[in-house]
Amino acid sequence: MRDTPQADAEPAKDERWDLRLYVAGQTEKSVRAINNLNRICKEHLEGRYSIEVIDLVRHPKLAADDHILALPTLVRRLPEPIRKIIGDLSNEERVIIGLDVRKHGSAEGGEKSCQAKAQVPPPRATQ
Amino acid sequence: MQRQLNKVSTGIKGLDEVTAGGLPRGRGTLVCGGPGSGKTLLAVTFLVKGALNNAEPGVLLSFEERISEIELNSASLGFDLEDLQKRQLLATDYLHIDRQEIRETGEYDLEGLFIRLAHAVETVGAKRVVLDSIDTLFAGIPNHAILRAELRRLLHWLKERDLTAIITAERGDGGLTRHGIEEYVSDCVILLEQRVQEELATRRLRVVKYRGSAHGTNEYPFLIEESGLSLIPVTSLGLSHAVSDERIPTGIATLDAMLEGKGYYQGSSILISGGPGTGKTSIGAHFAHAATSRGARCLYLAFEESESQFVRNMATIGIDLRPAIEQRRLIVNAVRPTAYGLEMHLARMLHVVQELRPDVVVVDPLSALQASGSAGQSGIMVLRLIDHVKSAGATALYLTVQGDVDKTDLNISSLMDTWITLRNHREASGLERRLYVVKSRGMAHSSDVRSFSIGSEGVRIDEIKEGS
Repeated sequence: MRDTPQADAEPAKDERWDLRLYVAGQTEKSVRAINNLNRICKEHLEGRYSIEVIDLVRHPKLAADDHILALPTLVRRLPEPIRKIIGDLSNEERVIIGLDVRKHGSAEGGEKSCQAKAQVPPPRATQ
Repeated sequence: MQRQLNKVSTGIKGLDEVTAGGLPRGRGTLVCGGPGSGKTLLAVTFLVKGALNNAEPGVLLSFEERISEIELNSASLGFDLEDLQKRQLLATDYLHIDRQEIRETGEYDLEGLFIRLAHAVETVGAKRVVLDSIDTLFAGIPNHAILRAELRRLLHWLKERDLTAIITAERGDGGLTRHGIEEYVSDCVILLEQRVQEELATRRLRVVKYRGSAHGTNEYPFLIEESGLSLIPVTSLGLSHAVSDERIPTGIATLDAMLEGKGYYQGSSILISGGPGTGKTSIGAHFAHAATSRGARCLYLAFEESESQFVRNMATIGIDLRPAIEQRRLIVNAVRPTAYGLEMHLARMLHVVQELRPDVVVVDPLSALQASGSAGQSGIMVLRLIDHVKSAGATALYLTVQGDVDKTDLNISSLMDTWITLRNHREASGLERRLYVVKSRGMAHSSDVRSFSIGSEGVRIDEIKEGS
């Protein structure tokens, strides 16, 4: 879709956020984190993200993959580098900074995120 | 329900004695110390020995070193952690925390740690747990209030499951640990220290605290060697050794005569003290020669002469040690006292004694070990050597340099069963040597002062003629 060579000056329009949220069961914190994440992604990354929720109570072995200690932990697997945000994601501003999500409300960005919309599967939750 | 304080063997030689049975079962023990003090190896030994000797599988959670690194380091102690994991006697997990890639927003806890620990514990049916080291958590988790609350919960969690745990932490400047872990893990606290004195490194271990239990409060030298970790408490000395009625000749008939005509007791410790050039080595050589001629095995630890020098010098006074060396009955182990640090010296000597299982040991001279450390340190080391040799059942002859006072610099005379002193005696006719038996437990020894000379036929001991 890219038609200009200035890709690194702004986030590539086809850049995708591959997110993984680790939680422990259906605790208050877990639910809050899931809701917060869904809301923030919808608002700022519409059409350009996927979320995988992993419940470590049910899949303890998966904790080793991303060296999970604190819960909830959100792992941004893509774009690289890997980033981790721990906590229930209640501070939206810090989540946005942590995920390195740029505001796409600008005239230029708004159009692009619309284009990407169709390619993105809906977020899936395993709980 | 009141419960008696149960203990779990650490599998570390000496530590079980100092802690009167081991670590508190179902509780956390804090092991703190500086970098390189041996915290991880102590903790790993606790797991390995538990798995192999006590049928208690363990879990190792490492926050600092990769499991492969720990496996490699443990291999130097002869531990095969990979094999233990295959046999389901050990589960390991490496929890890496990189502060750089972590941001926090909102509430969280360390449930991930609990889930992983629980999973590992279940996998092998663990009874023992090691968390190494807790400081990395403080570096990785930004909110210390949460971390401290979770640590408290963790200790409670371990207790509920009756898991015996070792938690390691870095030594702090102000308190015992950098982050005050002793506040949470307070049932038993062990401190490891590595000190470098006059360029010689020595490790020390001290049980700082042990709630509800008696424990040794001294600092104990702590060894890390190929055969594992050890700590031989000085206070365990010599009371439980089997006592023998057998006698063995000194190799000098006239000296035997002073000892009821029979010589030393087998398995006893004998001190030969005297100034430089009084003939101590000759008495040692006679003893070694007599023992090997009977077919016994003798270890001669020489700190002042090389093997060839020693053999040549003794040949000039008619003591031919070559056949015994050729037959491997006499093993001369010569090393400069300054060649090693104190710890290595002791480790080496204990190792050689263990390997060779000699019937007879001669240390020439014991006082040379003083060159390897401060008086206090070498004193402790000498005690441990004496203890070890005695436990091994060997008869030991300790030669030591001293002046004309009936007091040894190392304060070991009370540990000696027999003590013979040599001294130079100035006479009008020239320098003469004198010998007498200061003490010899369990026998009616001669209390005469005799003249002592060394000729081409070896040592001669005579009664002093009137008027000489």
